[in-house]
Amino acid sequence: MREKLHSLEEFQALQAQYKAAREAEKRKVLVCCGTGCVAGGNLNVYQALKNKMAELGIDCEVSLSDNHGGEAVGLKKSGCHGFCERGPLVRIEPEGWLYTRCTVEDVDEIVQKTILEGEFIERLGYHNEDGLCKRQEDIPFYKKQTRRVLEHCGHIDSESIEEYLSIGGYEALAKCLFEMSGDEVIKEVSDSGLRGRGGAGFPTGKKWAQVAAHTEEPVKYIVCNGDEGDPGAFMDRSCMEGDPHKVLEGMIIAGVATGSTEGYLYVRAEYPLAVRRMRMAMQQAEEMGILGDNILGSGKSFHMHINRGAGAFVCGEGSAMTASIEGHRGMPRTKPPRSVDKGLFGKPTCLNNVETFASVPDIIKKGAGWFRSLGTETSPGTKAFALTGNVMNTGLIEVPMGTTMREVVYDIGGGIKNHKEFKAVQIGGPSGGCLTKEHLDLPMDFDSLKKVGAIIGSGGLVVMDEDSCMVNIAQFFMNFICEESCGKCTPCREGTTRMNEILTRITQGNGRMSDIADLKRLAKMIQTSSLCGLGKTAPNPVLSTLQNFEDEYIEHIRDKRCRCGTCKDLARFVITDKCIGCTKCARNCPVGAISGSPRHKHEIDTTKCIKCGACKSGCPVGAIKEG
Amino acid sequence: MEPRDFKAVDEILEQYNCDKQQIIAILQDVQDIYRYLPQDVLAHVSEKTGMSESEIYGVATFYGNFSLDAKGKYVLKVCRGTACHVRKSADVLAKLQEITGLNDKKSLSDDGLFSLEIVSCLGACGLSPVVMVNDTVHAAMTPDKAKDLIADLRAGEG
Repeated sequence: MREKLHSLEEFQALQAQYKAAREAEKRKVLVCCGTGCVAGGNLNVYQALKNKMAELGIDCEVSLSDNHGGEAVGLKKSGCHGFCERGPLVRIEPEGWLYTRCTVEDVDEIVQKTILEGEFIERLGYHNEDGLCKRQEDIPFYKKQTRRVLEHCGHIDSESIEEYLSIGGYEALAKCLFEMSGDEVIKEVSDSGLRGRGGAGFPTGKKWAQVAAHTEEPVKYIVCNGDEGDPGAFMDRSCMEGDPHKVLEGMIIAGVATGSTEGYLYVRAEYPLAVRRMRMAMQQAEEMGILGDNILGSGKSFHMHINRGAGAFVCGEGSAMTASIEGHRGMPRTKPPRSVDKGLFGKPTCLNNVETFASVPDIIKKGAGWFRSLGTETSPGTKAFALTGNVMNTGLIEVPMGTTMREVVYDIGGGIKNHKEFKAVQIGGPSGGCLTKEHLDLPMDFDSLKKVGAIIGSGGLVVMDEDSCMVNIAQFFMNFICEESCGKCTPCREGTTRMNEILTRITQGNGRMSDIADLKRLAKMIQTSSLCGLGKTAPNPVLSTLQNFEDEYIEHIRDKRCRCGTCKDLARFVITDKCIGCTKCARNCPVGAISGSPRHKHEIDTTKCIKCGACKSGCPVGAIKEG
Repeated sequence: MEPRDFKAVDEILEQYNCDKQQIIAILQDVQDIYRYLPQDVLAHVSEKTGMSESEIYGVATFYGNFSLDAKGKYVLKVCRGTACHVRKSADVLAKLQEITGLNDKKSLSDDGLFSLEIVSCLGACGLSPVVMVNDTVHAAMTPDKAKDLIADLRAGEG
């Protein structure tokens, strides 16, 4: 149990103590304990490191409160480093070395060589074509990034409030409590130009001011949207797992600024670790008197509640989320009234997403000017993206707004996997669109993307190579929306179902030429007449793939052909000139569809072929192609 | 069937003060005990919270995580999110369906060991394609690894 702090002075004294304790730790071992690395077995690595150091009698502290003045080795469970592709990761300080793909078997060597003798283990370092990168910051994946929101993600123990205090945590809150008025806080946030990181990019300061303006209401709410449902996005998860106190601090500041005393955090149930870390952070902050009644003796109060989602994508929509928190089916309602006027329990509600709240403490601490020093005029600051799909380096990244897609895919992402050709990037999930080669040099910010029919959305970037079928992707998203539509309004419920039927029949080879016009007509109807954002944006993936890849749709419909071989019903196996006539495919074929004489090129009889793929997977020279 | 002992359910209800607003959290905790929402338990929850059975049914059927059918000891969640999709999670799903004998219509294996679910995104996209077994994430799955995973789980049962 931690001691409760009753004043600013007590807070500052404790903070100084932990700062000193952190500086005394000359060597730190940060074991990544984000979802990715935990799945890779990093908790076992952490335990083994702890055991090994105990066995050798190395002075090791797992918490800053263990500090006794000496130079101990700090062993920490950190949040996500972002480089999930190379996990499990272990970072070594003060050198800033990053060990990749660590296992329990590597622990003895890490302790012996690195911790005791200060030697780098080359085997565990990151190697690429240009050689070895010892330091994390030298790895190309990190070099081009600017980490602000994720600054401490991976660099501090995410389960410890002491660590957060030691790097200046809750200083911004103290400033808001003791030095600034609510209006001043809101002005700072407005001046920074921070726009909602959840997708639409609404100015955060404006929203806060609208909630604060309801001075007649004694009860107002702060709601944090951690229902990151877009397939292909995990920024908010990493934020909550890696730096939970930062999210919490942002929410408390919003409460203090807008005069709200109750906060709700809605996290999707698929993120058990994020829920656990946030709960832990709340409990620690409460113990210290940073959360609850009379925060740090300031007379201001703020209480937090966590709601776990139960698997409904639509709950990411504001009014659906508040309905869900109230214990109802999560269905959106007509707007206005907007949530800033009538939100949770019918009261003025300030609803922002996780990354938005996590951006706030630094804005207060360092000022609006600092925040504006990066990014573009209308989209200042940085943005976290989840980079996934057919790219070399997948993971969590953060770059200044306005960075081009080319920099993200090639410099940070390391290009396309298996030396294939870049085809498109799907941005913004099921509400977003796809960007093609011609958009590679487009700056990624709210306004530039909107102009080309895409959105930043929550920030999922799924990179697709030449083998990704765009009709299939469109059908994939439409199927997702169909299943997730809450069913309240007809355009979304029926319209997306019809669009899905059309797309499905196209991918099965039963499309008609009139389908393309029908898709466009339905899309327009759904966009204009749906009740909420889910429906209004649902046709985007179809429209943007139609705009950029209409020829692929036509190929599917007219030629019954899927050039990528993704649509199984249209798949055609072809034997190319690489064939050496070894006869293996003919022997593997279960239906005898392949003929040819030894040492001569074989042929597939497409009328007999059942598309099982046995020929392709068995070919010793890779001569059989799909498509 | 013998009447069920509602002691554990009552403890949950008490923890939330039988508050209607907390119905989602209550159902989540109830499902943690039974691994699904049995009908008689829902009736009991209705009685205690004063929320009608139809309302509770409405909530329980709205959210994808609630199940009104019994589940296996191991709940296999195959991620069909975008990142997993472009890295061929469909093949992993097909393999799992083949070896467990489960499909859209059959959700529980005869030995009571496995349930198979399709989820939209587990947020572990950097590790795609992923399969979650209860609370554990299995990364970079392939049809072969899926086969081994099931074999290991079955072997663990003796």
